[in-house]
Amino acid sequence: MKIAIASGKGGTGKTTLSTNLAAFFADKNQVVLADLDVEEPNSGLFITGKTEQIDVKYKMIPEWNEDTCTLCGKCQENCNFHAVIRLGSQILVFPELCHSCYACSELCPTNSLPMVKQRMGELKHIKSGKIDFIESRLDIGQEQAVPLIGQTIHYIESKFPKKTLKIFDAPPGTSCPVIEATKDVDFVILVTEPTPFGLHDLKLAVDTMVELGKPHAVVINRYGIGNNDVVDYCVENNIPILAKIPNSRKLAELYSKGELVYKELPEFKEELQKIETYILNLEIE
Amino acid sequence: MKIAFTAKGTEWNSEMDPRFGRTEYILVYDDEKDEFTSYDNREIENEAHGAGPKTSQQLFEMGPQVLITGNGPGGNAATVLEKAGIKIFIGAGTMTVKEAFEAYQNNNLKGF
Repeated sequence: MKIAIASGKGGTGKTTLSTNLAAFFADKNQVVLADLDVEEPNSGLFITGKTEQIDVKYKMIPEWNEDTCTLCGKCQENCNFHAVIRLGSQILVFPELCHSCYACSELCPTNSLPMVKQRMGELKHIKSGKIDFIESRLDIGQEQAVPLIGQTIHYIESKFPKKTLKIFDAPPGTSCPVIEATKDVDFVILVTEPTPFGLHDLKLAVDTMVELGKPHAVVINRYGIGNNDVVDYCVENNIPILAKIPNSRKLAELYSKGELVYKELPEFKEELQKIETYILNLEIE
Repeated sequence: MKIAFTAKGTEWNSEMDPRFGRTEYILVYDDEKDEFTSYDNREIENEAHGAGPKTSQQLFEMGPQVLITGNGPGGNAATVLEKAGIKIFIGAGTMTVKEAFEAYQNNNLKGF
């Protein structure tokens, strides 16, 4: 079973929830935790263990072969991302814009744009007790998170049985990286805070999940600040609220030291228990 | 010589468009024939990615030697324009096309 922890707004507590939920669950069972926020992964600050594997990850980009090219321009016409440009007697390729769709390469009548490997980042697999922690990190200067997220999910699916619980710490927002991180999961938990900002971005995240047809529920973090609008919104729209994590200075202090908080804060642990119970009772084929 | 402008219209009195990749129009003035050719670039609005390279490519097809614009092209566009050997002048984003042309003639624009 795959669960994504996502949010519209950044900084609402995705990593707090992902790491603590994984560790809480791992007190009894095997669990996979994956940090799919490859542009700025931080779950690894809370999970330490033995490095099992490090993989360099590549994406495929076209490379122009000047000798065989007839400058017909089909590559440029077919690239949706303007990553291939014909400029007079040369073809320019912009690797950062390329989505590795192969269209230019496959449609080139003279095979003058073969796809070649380009390094985009690194995947790390760490074992920490019953947690298998997978973290991918995009290289500095790389602009496309999606291919690395996709390859990381592929790594997880090839390594672990289907029934193992997998928790994905997703990137914030509602753009392509979030779609990639959530599109194949069984359930999405949206973390929000009870503020106007939190509500605004929660609505965007809910709209995205509805569009994707993903079952979802909400966890309210820093409960007690702001107002009641997030609760009202969830009630009106029949979105289950799985937990309300109380606003707590102690929690923030522990987090800032890179510690898991549930062992120190019984009220937080109770909320995790509610989430776990809900997840384990989900009917997923 | 052909001089290109990023503009919000197609006449001397049109306002310049300070953006390069997402400029509304590309306007090219041929000073030998004293005439304009223009390209309606407004469809670029629908493009999420690669506006810079696309507009650069279009500009290249129009064959100018000089580009006058506002903020200046971004990294990808600058790469294309450099390969195309087009000289770029910036800082004309709040002028009309006519004012930008005069500023260029009087060497009052910054090179990019």
